[in-house]
Amino acid sequence: MVEILPNFKLVRPKTVEQAVAMLARSESAKLCAGGTDLIVNMRHGLSDVHTLVEISQINEMQELDLDDDRLRIGAGVTLNELARSNEIAKSFPAIHQACVAIASPNHRNCATVGGNLCLDTRCLFYNQSHWWRKSNDYCLKYRGTICHVAPKGNRCRAAFAGDLAPALIACRADIEITGPQGKRVIALKDFYREDGADHLKLNSDEIVTAVSVKSTAQNSAYKKITVRGALDFPLAGVAVVCNQTPDDGRSFSIAITGTNSSPVVIDVPELKKDDNRQDFFSALGNLVKKSVSPQRTTTIAAHYRRLSIAAITVRLAKTLSDEGSK
Amino acid sequence: MKQIISATINGTSCQDAIDDNLLLIDYLRKNKTLTGTKSGCDGGECGACTVLVNGQPRLSCITLAATCQNAEIETIEGESNNGRLSALQRAFHENLGTQCGFCTPGMIMAASGLLRDNPNPNDGEIRAALAGNLCRCTGYVKIIKSVRAAIGTSS
Repeated sequence: MVEILPNFKLVRPKTVEQAVAMLARSESAKLCAGGTDLIVNMRHGLSDVHTLVEISQINEMQELDLDDDRLRIGAGVTLNELARSNEIAKSFPAIHQACVAIASPNHRNCATVGGNLCLDTRCLFYNQSHWWRKSNDYCLKYRGTICHVAPKGNRCRAAFAGDLAPALIACRADIEITGPQGKRVIALKDFYREDGADHLKLNSDEIVTAVSVKSTAQNSAYKKITVRGALDFPLAGVAVVCNQTPDDGRSFSIAITGTNSSPVVIDVPELKKDDNRQDFFSALGNLVKKSVSPQRTTTIAAHYRRLSIAAITVRLAKTLSDEGSK
Repeated sequence: MKQIISATINGTSCQDAIDDNLLLIDYLRKNKTLTGTKSGCDGGECGACTVLVNGQPRLSCITLAATCQNAEIETIEGESNNGRLSALQRAFHENLGTQCGFCTPGMIMAASGLLRDNPNPNDGEIRAALAGNLCRCTGYVKIIKSVRAAIGTSS
């Protein structure tokens, strides 16, 4: 059951500077890009917003540049614009596959890259209507004191379920953040922290303006497990980038979403030419199982999510390492 | 807070004073009495409220009306021309793509958005474009058939 939207003031800045100033002016100001997640959450009473800073009119954030050196994706680029880029589909298959796996085409027409990277964490006990959560004494993530997923723990276990983040992290992306002090650039993998209630290292007066990766074409893929074929958040998802090493081995860059409160980067040793492939991939499966910690944040059992993400990771890694040798 | 929105709805330009928190679906249904657009799940999950904003399918139940400033909005009411059904409407009618009809306005608008981008889509592309529109009656087969009929490639 959804409720009517609370009252708020809508402002629509034309530049990043204006947006930062508007965010700094009020503590309860919140950014809204496509709004495909935020508006639903607001209708569930999950946000106290007095000023909504809507950033779809900031042209400088809607640029998509691919030159010899870097691919730079403005945070305001919509997911369908990203999906339509043939160069990205060709050179960065994982980013393209993650992009078209998000929600439905109707969402992707307004949902943005920045919005997907800053997606709120999700949980069975959080993404519910106000009356549902109230009757359950709310939860640690919002208004409550107990995490119903892990009542003895001291932090929120809501899971990060963005699809683009693992694909971009596996491609070793950097993220550009603009605030009152100017622009800072950090590695995307350092942008998240393992706390469902506060998973972004982003101050309330800062805006994610772009994300960029080195423009070297790669052998990569993204896959997620969902209950439905479309319109669904990942129960778990994985992006794998596989590169050939000079001595004909394989190096992997792997990131996983949907299992923890932040994307999980898996440190995988190199697959040497003479290594036993079966042993390597079975060790990779075990490493993934050990690295992720899915909790009771979805209706699907955590154990299933752990096993299936390990299986999918191994499958993608195998396929990509075989493709590279052709 | 209120603001003035100027937009073109089904070819007619409008100016209205609206609340900042007014959703596009409420603006269309309540302010403009264009009740063809349906509110299904009311949370961006079913696609029944799909309308075209600047030619692209958008979910009006999670779109703020005030963000459609100067936009061209098209709803199911704008599909027919002088009382004649559009090709898509006729195809849905003739191929039984409509049963209870609740999802149909959203289906037709999403299909209309697809056909503008890609006038000759294959079945996979039709399925992908309608992936966000749920139907409880038809089992989708006749909906896909209807869209295929509308592009003149019915097999």
